[in-house]
Amino acid sequence: MRYFLTRLGQAVLTMVTAVVISFALFQAMPGGPVEAMRSQIIQNRGLEAGGTNVNMEQLRRLVESYSNMNPEDPFHVQLLDSSKNIFVEGDLGTSIYRGEPVTSLILQRLPWTTFIGVYAMVIGYLASFLIGSMMAYKEKSRFDSVLSVVLTALNSVPYYIVGVVLIFVVGVKFGLLPIGGRVGSGVDPAFTVEFFASAAAHAALPILSIAALLTNTALTLRENAVRVLGEDFMRVAKLRGINDARMATRYVGHNAILPMYTKIMIGVAGIFSGTVIVEQVFSYPGMGLLLFDAVKTRDYPLLMGTMIFFTAITVTAILVADITYGFLDPRIGAGDADG
Amino acid sequence: MQMADSELDRDELAELFDEADEDATESRSEELRRSIDLTVRTPIRILFHDWRALLGSSIIVGFVLLGTVGKSLVEEPTSGQAPILVPPFQSTDHILGTDLYGQDLAAQIVYATPDMFKMVFAGGVLAITLAAVAGVVSGFARGSTLDKLVMTVVDIIIAIPGLPLVIVLAAVFQPKNPYVVGILLGLDNWPGLARAIRSQVLSIREEAYVESSKVMGLSKRTIYWRDILRQLMPYTLINSAMAARRIIFESVGLYFIGVLPVQSFNWGVIMNLAYQANALYQPRKFHWLLVPMVTIILFSFGLVLFSQGMDSLFNVRLRARYSETIAEVDDE
Repeated sequence: MRYFLTRLGQAVLTMVTAVVISFALFQAMPGGPVEAMRSQIIQNRGLEAGGTNVNMEQLRRLVESYSNMNPEDPFHVQLLDSSKNIFVEGDLGTSIYRGEPVTSLILQRLPWTTFIGVYAMVIGYLASFLIGSMMAYKEKSRFDSVLSVVLTALNSVPYYIVGVVLIFVVGVKFGLLPIGGRVGSGVDPAFTVEFFASAAAHAALPILSIAALLTNTALTLRENAVRVLGEDFMRVAKLRGINDARMATRYVGHNAILPMYTKIMIGVAGIFSGTVIVEQVFSYPGMGLLLFDAVKTRDYPLLMGTMIFFTAITVTAILVADITYGFLDPRIGAGDADG
Repeated sequence: MQMADSELDRDELAELFDEADEDATESRSEELRRSIDLTVRTPIRILFHDWRALLGSSIIVGFVLLGTVGKSLVEEPTSGQAPILVPPFQSTDHILGTDLYGQDLAAQIVYATPDMFKMVFAGGVLAITLAAVAGVVSGFARGSTLDKLVMTVVDIIIAIPGLPLVIVLAAVFQPKNPYVVGILLGLDNWPGLARAIRSQVLSIREEAYVESSKVMGLSKRTIYWRDILRQLMPYTLINSAMAARRIIFESVGLYFIGVLPVQSFNWGVIMNLAYQANALYQPRKFHWLLVPMVTIILFSFGLVLFSQGMDSLFNVRLRARYSETIAEVDDE
């Protein structure tokens, strides 16, 4: 129980840190937020050109309404204000470029990014665990050595290049799967088989290419499993006549996965990071593409909002992984995890 | 003779280190010979026995040459210097072909290499320094408030997704200098290594030889330095190759999607231009995308092989077998 509370506290702390960082960045912009946003507002709102003619009071109010902060308040007051807005009211300001609330823009995209991220995570880890344990089981066989080479080679290929290759082979050469967008044109977003099939087909390649991030997990698992197979307790278990399935899961699986704690957490964060590039490669309109657009249009409130939401998904995914892990590892429950 | 030597060594060692005085003039030349053998000749000898280390370091050295010597041999690519979209391996002037703007692709790859190394260097040094300091400090101070504090910071940084953060940082600061880009990417790459180093410190602390150093009454400083920190070096080196690979992946990726300001040639930028020009769908442009892709894969393949090779390079038993100054009997 204490473990779960600590983890929850950690998650909250991470979120607060992300907000503070994004806030500090906002302040650190060359010339401060007012100066940086001024040119954007002038450009996008069609205010009087020239900059000098702009009414400072009017500008101050605009910056305040977009960013939810009064640029003249002292630093800590602004920080408290914006934290209150974010955590209590869920308000991240207004997009300068689109003029819509940042929160609602993000919420439209959030499910799609979560969708490809979570599936990439589940498929990637399941496949790695399966392949890794099979390799360990057939250690030094042909299967093992061929796959070791293949996985090492794959380890040197960035996941977005995997994506490009998948687009070329699966999409362009054979035309098997769609290579852009999130559903086919003319498919209504409703609870129909057609909609889900189309969404799945569009997400398949992005999911596969992000899952490629996790290929080295299989190699690590193989190494751990080989070591476990050589342990004395395995021989004892065999002598005790424990059946194979139980040995594979309770003994080998357990002890091979446990030392990978940090790696798995980093992998989870890496996957949601990876969606940023992969969504761009596949023109998949999720949060990554939103972040990309925000960079292109210098839309600072949207930029900060996307970063905070990316942290939120990652923190949630890590929390879930963490809690699952807590069930696996008795040491963690006892508050002693040095994996 | 070797046995006698090391026994002598050990007797003196306790006194020497107790006074924290490392002045051992009489065996200076012997020590020098030994350390050259262990740090230079043995690694080279092992290098030639491990194909991964050999191939990996050859690839890395190849890229270093490309970025230094190569750069001075090849003329700087400019648009319109050659016919557009020359296919690869057709013309001796443009071995890898040219792009849509008539720039030689091989020359672009060469001119992008030095910046790549600058990024990797800056990011790698930063990541490894932060990781080593955090990992060692919290490993030594296990269970203390300091340890908890450092590990909380580490966990927080792990959970904040790196690329979105780096993109926001890049959007705010517009880094043009490759060292700055490297540092931004390095900021995101240290926490995993810090945790790994910490658990390495913890497991070394439990080793029998650390225990015996304690029983021998060696000072804490000696134990930390001689028994623990030195053992961490190889581990850190192996991981630094992987950190370099991650920094390359991320920086090329960010240049590829076009969120970093472009100041000169870059592999990711070449990919970006080719991708934007629909090179995937047009066979005559295909090489434009393929050349930078193969370059990146080759470079990271070199780093992966290098780190795997280093793994066996620092394997203690293997080292002993290939060195001249360590006796067959493993008495250390």
